[in-house]
Amino acid sequence: MQERKFEFIVIGGSAGSIGVAIQMIPALSGRFQVPILFVLHRNASSSSGFLSDILQPRTPLRIKEAEEKEKICPGTVYVAPADYHLLVETDFTFSLDASEKVHYSRPSIDVTFESLAAHYGEKLLGILLTGANADGARGMAEIARAGGLTIAQNPATAEVPTMPQAAINTGMVHHVFSTSEIISFLNDLVD
Amino acid sequence: MQEPELRIVDEELEKLLKEMARLYRYDFTAYSRESLKRRINRVLLLKKIPSIAELHYQVTTDPDFFAYLVEQITVNVTEMFRNPAFFHTLRQEVFPILAQEPFIRIWHAGCSTGEEVYSLAILLQEANLLNRTLLYGTDLNPHVLQQAKSGLFHVANLKTYSENYLQSGGTSSLSDYYTVRYNQALFSDELRQRMVFSVHNLVSDQSFNEFNLILCRNVLIYFNRDLQDRVFNLFTESLPAGGILALGAKETLVHSTSKDAYTYLNREQKIWMKSGSASYAGKKI
Ligand SMILES: C[S@@+](CC[C@H](N)C(=O)[O-])C[C@H]1O[C@@H](n2cnc3c(N)ncnc32)[C@H](O)[C@@H]1O
Repeated sequence: MQERKFEFIVIGGSAGSIGVAIQMIPALSGRFQVPILFVLHRNASSSSGFLSDILQPRTPLRIKEAEEKEKICPGTVYVAPADYHLLVETDFTFSLDASEKVHYSRPSIDVTFESLAAHYGEKLLGILLTGANADGARGMAEIARAGGLTIAQNPATAEVPTMPQAAINTGMVHHVFSTSEIISFLNDLVD
Repeated sequence: MQEPELRIVDEELEKLLKEMARLYRYDFTAYSRESLKRRINRVLLLKKIPSIAELHYQVTTDPDFFAYLVEQITVNVTEMFRNPAFFHTLRQEVFPILAQEPFIRIWHAGCSTGEEVYSLAILLQEANLLNRTLLYGTDLNPHVLQQAKSGLFHVANLKTYSENYLQSGGTSSLSDYYTVRYNQALFSDELRQRMVFSVHNLVSDQSFNEFNLILCRNVLIYFNRDLQDRVFNLFTESLPAGGILALGAKETLVHSTSKDAYTYLNREQKIWMKSGSASYAGKKI
């Protein structure tokens, strides 16, 4: 159904989003080549190891924490580390930044979305999931402004509607989907 | 506020960094660009600077503005007992090694406003090691060092710091180490007497002493691989065999040319020991 080719997919979420990630990742086609990055708010001391521990046995895609200076690779699901902002450099490597929290959050979804939008433009797909704050709304708008596509989780079916609703309110969200609609949309990108 | 904000683009940034290095000998050309861009965009907004040309003009003609920009583009965010598990490991695994020494020198490279230095001093005090330790805190930003020297920290953060302190294995109460005046906590002289703060730039300055332990946390993430290598060489020169190097939670030696000079002391907490036989021979863990 989709004509466009994305080169990067970024998924942000806060309260309730870990559950969505646990549902989504094993449901993704194993032939997924486009790199996917999850930026999820969580406790500063939590390691992203637990997501890959739970999910790696259930997907052929490689799941790992994004590391500083790491080259972005196809077929990989990255998770942003806790307590750092995650940025993307012009040479398509990740970099970390421990500066002030944004929306009481580090990693901030806005920060990463804006950085990705600047480098990937219309090749970027941004997805915003459930959450209890307004982080991500600005980043979604920025992705859309740069020509990328934006999808918000349907607030009616999200565990906490605030975050996707804030993004929808900017008028810059292209699609509003349930979790299962997001999954089929993504799998339809693989041909 | 619908107008798009002014943002610096790659070429303008390169030009600005080169000018700064040429005019002031502060060289940020080996720093990761995206973080610099965010910091500079923030200054454009805060100072209501109308154009990049104006920014360039101010930087090149006004040394005070340049000094302000340097303070702004380096990230100074820090806290006491940041990553308590790290401090807990220092206490458990590194202090016994330090305790073998008659005199202990510690270097906090990129210490910012000093929270890390005070944290370590407190734990050393509780291990009865502080009276024979000197802690050197260095940073390129003189402004943060001034703050560090003062021993004053805002009370708003003390609750978090006390929790971090206890999780780090602190044996009394953090409040034993400070007195509150208005909204500031003044940390004790006993701690401050063991500290030396001075300006040192990891990009251009040399090794200035030999240390038993070097901490450089959340500084290297802003440097490219070449500059990281330079800094690791500097640390290797500044450590004896058996000396210890501790990095931030997301920083590593493994991509650097220096890695062969070290072995892991604690992989999870990013702590290495310089290899070779010398004073610590036979005390390897
Ligand atoms: C985020 S703070 C880290 C503070 C503390 N080590 C911690 O982990 O909480 C980074 C510090 O590195 C300093 N810094 C950046 N570049 C430097 C350089 N070239 N030489 C010395 N210090 C530098 C900055 O001024 C800043 O204070």
